[in-house]
Amino acid sequence: MEIESYNKLQKSYAELGKREMIEEPGEEVVRVENLRVAYGEKIAIDEINISIKRRYITAIIGPSGCGKSTLLRSINRMNDLVPGARVSGKVYFNGVDIYSRDVDPVFIRSRIGMVFQRPNPFPFSIFDNVAFGLRVNGFKLSKDELYAKVKDALVKAALWDEVKDRLDKHAYSLSGGQQQRLCIARALAVDPEVLLLDEPTVSLDPISTARIESLLRSIKDEYTIIIVTHNMLQAARVSDYTAVMMPDEKMVGRIIEFGDTREIFTNPRDKRTEDYISGRIG
Amino acid sequence: MGNQILIGTGRRGVKLKKILDKLLPFILSIAVFIAVATIVSLLITLITTGGHRLSWNLILNYPSSNPEEAGMRSAILGSIFTVGLSALICIPLSIATAIFLVEYSRGGRLASILSYNISNLAGVPSVVFGVVGLGFLAYGLGMGRTVITGAFTLAVLTLPLVTVTCVEALKTVPDDLRQGAYALGATTVQVVRRVVLPRALPMMLTGGILGISRALGEAAPILVVSGLLFIREDPVSLFSKFTVMPLQLYNWISRPQPAFVELSSAGIIILLLILLALNALAISLRQLLVRRMEQLWR
Amino acid sequence: MVLSARAEELKKSIQRRRTLDRVFHTIFLLATSVSTVTLVIIYLTLGLESFNFFSQVSIIEFLTSTKWTVLFADKHFGILPLLNATMLTSLIAIAVAAPLGVMIALYLSEYASATTRSIVKPLVETLAGIPTVVYGYFALYFLTPSLLKPLFTGVQSHNALAVGLMIGVLIIPIVASISDDAMKVVPADLRLAAYAMGARKSDVALRVVLPAALSGVSASIILAFSRATGETMIAVIAGGFRSVLSFNVGDSMETMTAFIAQVATGDAPHGTIEYQSLFAVGLFLLLITAVLNYIGIKVVKRWAIRY
Repeated sequence: MEIESYNKLQKSYAELGKREMIEEPGEEVVRVENLRVAYGEKIAIDEINISIKRRYITAIIGPSGCGKSTLLRSINRMNDLVPGARVSGKVYFNGVDIYSRDVDPVFIRSRIGMVFQRPNPFPFSIFDNVAFGLRVNGFKLSKDELYAKVKDALVKAALWDEVKDRLDKHAYSLSGGQQQRLCIARALAVDPEVLLLDEPTVSLDPISTARIESLLRSIKDEYTIIIVTHNMLQAARVSDYTAVMMPDEKMVGRIIEFGDTREIFTNPRDKRTEDYISGRIG
Repeated sequence: MGNQILIGTGRRGVKLKKILDKLLPFILSIAVFIAVATIVSLLITLITTGGHRLSWNLILNYPSSNPEEAGMRSAILGSIFTVGLSALICIPLSIATAIFLVEYSRGGRLASILSYNISNLAGVPSVVFGVVGLGFLAYGLGMGRTVITGAFTLAVLTLPLVTVTCVEALKTVPDDLRQGAYALGATTVQVVRRVVLPRALPMMLTGGILGISRALGEAAPILVVSGLLFIREDPVSLFSKFTVMPLQLYNWISRPQPAFVELSSAGIIILLLILLALNALAISLRQLLVRRMEQLWR
Repeated sequence: MVLSARAEELKKSIQRRRTLDRVFHTIFLLATSVSTVTLVIIYLTLGLESFNFFSQVSIIEFLTSTKWTVLFADKHFGILPLLNATMLTSLIAIAVAAPLGVMIALYLSEYASATTRSIVKPLVETLAGIPTVVYGYFALYFLTPSLLKPLFTGVQSHNALAVGLMIGVLIIPIVASISDDAMKVVPADLRLAAYAMGARKSDVALRVVLPAALSGVSASIILAFSRATGETMIAVIAGGFRSVLSFNVGDSMETMTAFIAQVATGDAPHGTIEYQSLFAVGLFLLLITAVLNYIGIKVVKRWAIRY
């Protein structure tokens, strides 16, 4: 992989906080073109086209089984890990096709972070969980720098005040909601440009959910966020843009509508979107 | 079935069926009883025949034509050498194989061929391993009928068994954790080293111990490879001639004098005690892991 | 430029980790191929020496002659006596292990409580963990003198019956555990449906669970039979070294495996026909078990009901 594409791919890879000076909000950071993902013979999603704007929150909504997670996982090449998964079409990240031969999925994943449905902290201490990404990515950091980065990530994930006195405690001693915020902190510590969230609050109670939604709003000035949810109200509450996915008659997931969130919820163009939003589907 | 009960049978049939229904668990448990009875009568036979012959001589002395003095020192050392070396070969190989099959090749074609061959290897009779060890290692490669030939033979013999437990161990690690690590930009080596192995290693070692106890009891392949049922000197190097405990026992068993039968009973008791200790070690290791996991979840 | 420096650093880190990953990938792949290579070596070694053997002995004689006197001056090379002994002992073993193993499996899967199960299952599996030398001892010094001789007349001190019975005990766990696995995957719905039709528990066990698990049960019996044909030490200790073609299970008779052991401990210098016969018999035994294992796996795949 050439150094130019590295530079291009990690356009915003400056120190935390200086980012706003380098990049323009609203420019296109991820573009998906004609994406199709198949697991073995079964086509999961097809003809996906979507453009993600920098430092906005984009929600992907739709009934379960419509391929929302599949789409999300093809943006950071997590589908590579699924046996029998085939991806065709293009996914551009800062203008570089991440599925081209010379792009390393490991690099893509260190630039596009991900948070999963169920909290999945590692069986280590809280501190080691957040430091994991920094360590595996080979950042040369002094002890103090590492501590600063971990603290910074925990602050952003609105967890610092709750755990600052017990960073060496085991991650499983945290509650479910705290664990999920820890997972967000873990992803943010690597300083990704894009953060993918796959139904991050589906296993959490309403209070924990509200906390996570407010933390997402608080970090959107620094990160581009794509959140998959089947909770429409959540999409309406947190997102700027919304894509609606729906399975067709062959159960192949497609995007039926994409645009400004307010527009989608107040004035949907597609009948199916209207039905879905008003609760008639799903 | 219900229909048959309603239509086909009269009152007597129903009654018979009722009795059969009540009896079936007892009939089935007869099989369990037979299995247990075999073990118990085996142990009783061993203890009544050989219990009084247990002594340190049995462990410390060399074999002798005088049953009062005979021991299996050289065979015990031979077992330790051969089985120990085979474990050093087999356990790392099994762990590496399991990591390839589970973590690297995620259901690829090559992996399915290779794992099919592992199950084929598991089906090869143990005595055939001995024949090939003799023909290929001892004569073909000129390693001779020595400790190292025996060790390699036992290593590939136990390889499928230990590999299967290592694969099981890796499969107990939740996929969530792998995904989490990959999503942060970790490579497979890093995922394995930092997330997967710390969790799977204790169970893998349990599998290794089971492999060791299997190898310790194996007589047929070593019989063919070494050809010796007893030897009066200790193995001192990888290229020493050797025998192992089960073969020394076979030698005593096959002698007609009652004194040697008693001796073999005592020797078997020692072998079984060693195997029991190994299994206890494997179980306690697993429990240690369970307890550690419980601590983690607290 | 700050940007390029950071990019350079990350690029180097990824390249380094990628190289490491590739190195380990290769190492692990090599480790995984050891089994395959071993399998190839097994067939090549046996094939090569068998080729030497069959360049001196006709295959017809090998397969049809009823005399096996390789270690005598007047040499005959008919595998039939050995094959017969192997098959007889294995059939006796299956006659023991198939009913007992299936009964244990049914008991474990349908009747045993979780606690009973956690005690009985390891206990039964212990049978497979006892060294076969010990079973040989038990057959020779307990089974034959204390049970068989009083019960049947004309039983010799070394005899095929004791060998078969003892191997049968040894392979009970194979039948029991594979059958038990097959019974465990029979869906609970099926059991409930039978109960809903008024079936009793014994009907469910014998007429629903057992037939539903039939492919696994049959496979377990085939695989256990394959294991029985390869058993060596029990046959050596309790069966003896007399190669005769006899159907009297009270007689001493030599199995294929016992012959291999006999040659290996005796004086059969490298390169002689006695030495080569070891490989011919080994190959023959391997082919039998390979075919059996193949059928066993096919049975599972072909007959398996997918739930």
